[in-house]
Amino acid sequence: MQQKSADLELVKLTKRYGDVTAVHAIDLRVAAGSYCCLLGPSGCGKTSTLRMIAGHELASDGDVLLGGRNITLLPAAERGTAMMFQSYALFPHLSVLDNVAFSLKMRGIGKAERHKRAHDLLERVAMTPYAQRKPSELSGGQQQRVALARALITEPSVLLLDEPLSALDPFLRIRMRAELKRWQHDLGFTFIHVTHSQEEAMALSDQVVVMNQGLIEQVASPHDLFNAPASEFVAKFLGGHNVIRLGDAKIALRADKVRLSRDASGDNTMAGDVLGVEYQGTYVLVTMNLPQQDDFSVMLPEADFFRAPCSPGERMFAQWNSSDVHRLAS
Amino acid sequence: MQAGMSDRRAPGFWPLAIVFALFVVFMYGPMFTIFVLSFQGPEGGLTFPMRGVSLHWFHKLAEGLGTVDIGAAFRRSLMLGAVVMAFTVVLSVLAGLAFRKRLKGGDALFYIAVASLIMPSIIVSLGIGLQFRLLDTGIKSALTAMGAEGTLENYGTALGLLTSALGAHLTWTLPFGLLIMFAVFNRFNPAYEEAARDLGATPWQSFRHVVLPLIGPSVIGIGMFGFTLSWDEIARTSQAIGDVNTLPLELQGLTSTVTTPSIYALGTVTTIVSFAVMGVALGSAALLGRRASKRRGG
Repeated sequence: MQQKSADLELVKLTKRYGDVTAVHAIDLRVAAGSYCCLLGPSGCGKTSTLRMIAGHELASDGDVLLGGRNITLLPAAERGTAMMFQSYALFPHLSVLDNVAFSLKMRGIGKAERHKRAHDLLERVAMTPYAQRKPSELSGGQQQRVALARALITEPSVLLLDEPLSALDPFLRIRMRAELKRWQHDLGFTFIHVTHSQEEAMALSDQVVVMNQGLIEQVASPHDLFNAPASEFVAKFLGGHNVIRLGDAKIALRADKVRLSRDASGDNTMAGDVLGVEYQGTYVLVTMNLPQQDDFSVMLPEADFFRAPCSPGERMFAQWNSSDVHRLAS
Repeated sequence: MQAGMSDRRAPGFWPLAIVFALFVVFMYGPMFTIFVLSFQGPEGGLTFPMRGVSLHWFHKLAEGLGTVDIGAAFRRSLMLGAVVMAFTVVLSVLAGLAFRKRLKGGDALFYIAVASLIMPSIIVSLGIGLQFRLLDTGIKSALTAMGAEGTLENYGTALGLLTSALGAHLTWTLPFGLLIMFAVFNRFNPAYEEAARDLGATPWQSFRHVVLPLIGPSVIGIGMFGFTLSWDEIARTSQAIGDVNTLPLELQGLTSTVTTPSIYALGTVTTIVSFAVMGVALGSAALLGRRASKRRGG
């Protein structure tokens, strides 16, 4: 099944529930064949956005364009999108094979033909031996593969994934995450993935869309996002950043770019008391109390910390290079 | 059983065990007694001791008890039960589906339906009886006005098995069916229907291929409930049945006139029908399950 991927474009897309606006006229362009994560805290509008793209939620305003075709008002099955649901929503009463063949059955395709095509897809996701099992007899990772096969049989050009890894335990989550990325690469079509985990978004995305309160805060590659967060919200949500007030301006400073010493030297120095020391394996996390600042944390490589260890209550100087300062838009 | 803590029984075990034993005795003791006494010997009476064991009273039952046609009452109850079952299943499922959406006036509708459980059965029954008599009066005067003397002569009453009695039974079974459907759809994950829609199913296909199979066991349960509630209903039927009687009504009448163990034999037979209905329901559920697993095996 060689499916042409297509650019997805959202134009002033808006979702209102009564008086509450969940999504505020957002514009977004997702290039064909890319992996895009919608990232944000719960209630930020990322799921509403995904469901409007999928056609499970009607847009209050604005348009959804896929490959230049306006799909805003089309039924879910006619959009060229397919959805992988949270917890997968595999039909519990049907075998794996019948789950995958479901959409063909709905289209009235004969049993032999639809089973053949379902078998082909199960082979692709390495699930052939499980074709006759019920979903409840599969592990979380196997269910994800079946959900993928079931979505692929509709030959979509965009796959929409609603927190697909949240049902898995942490160990499996990392494995299935890698599998998602590999599939996207092999299939070559667009994946749009909703998540509240910045780690997941970083690991998977070509393009991360950070959302907050119904608005897009920033669209960037994971590298640009981490090195140049556009706002205080983005810096704080991603973690690993300190937001420091310097006069009227706010700057973001990566916690791993800060050094600690016992004496003041250089321009970029602030003194503070050590609040806590947490050993994290490859690095040591030191939290500090700097005057007139929010929480301040420093990630020191393990070796650097133990060359000159400090303990809570000690007064230390935090230092950094001017080149590591990232000025935030206010 | 507690895991691992101790092999000793908790102090509450024996008191609770006695309560449970009493519950079982009260529940099944009377039924068992009737069952045993229905096999009383020909010389035996309505009470213990047993004077031999025989099917004598079942034969007597088959010959008929006095003027009462038990067979006809049996068939009437069976038919009424089946019709009540069908209506209860169809209407409860449809109502359950309707209540999943924001239904205007849904709350009021729900309270009206459930209120019929709270209202004393005999009052409901009397009311239905009176209503149908009013209807009779209306029809009769209409027939007179139209001058249809022949029809008027043949007209008895609108009260009947599949009119007033059916309605009376539905006031009893529908609220139960509706409450069961509420419980079912409360736990029903709407993502299944969204997935079906995403895969191109029409609303009907989604209902037929996804929703119905998933709620199927509960639907069978509602059917069983509807039948058994109808099968032994007396209070609501008593004033609303009209000229004929259902089996429980005949049975109630017989308890004061029949003084032989035939009445017990009748009790045994009706109990067996109740069990048969449940057996058929459970059997068909098991059969469906086996067919599904066979399909998987093949």
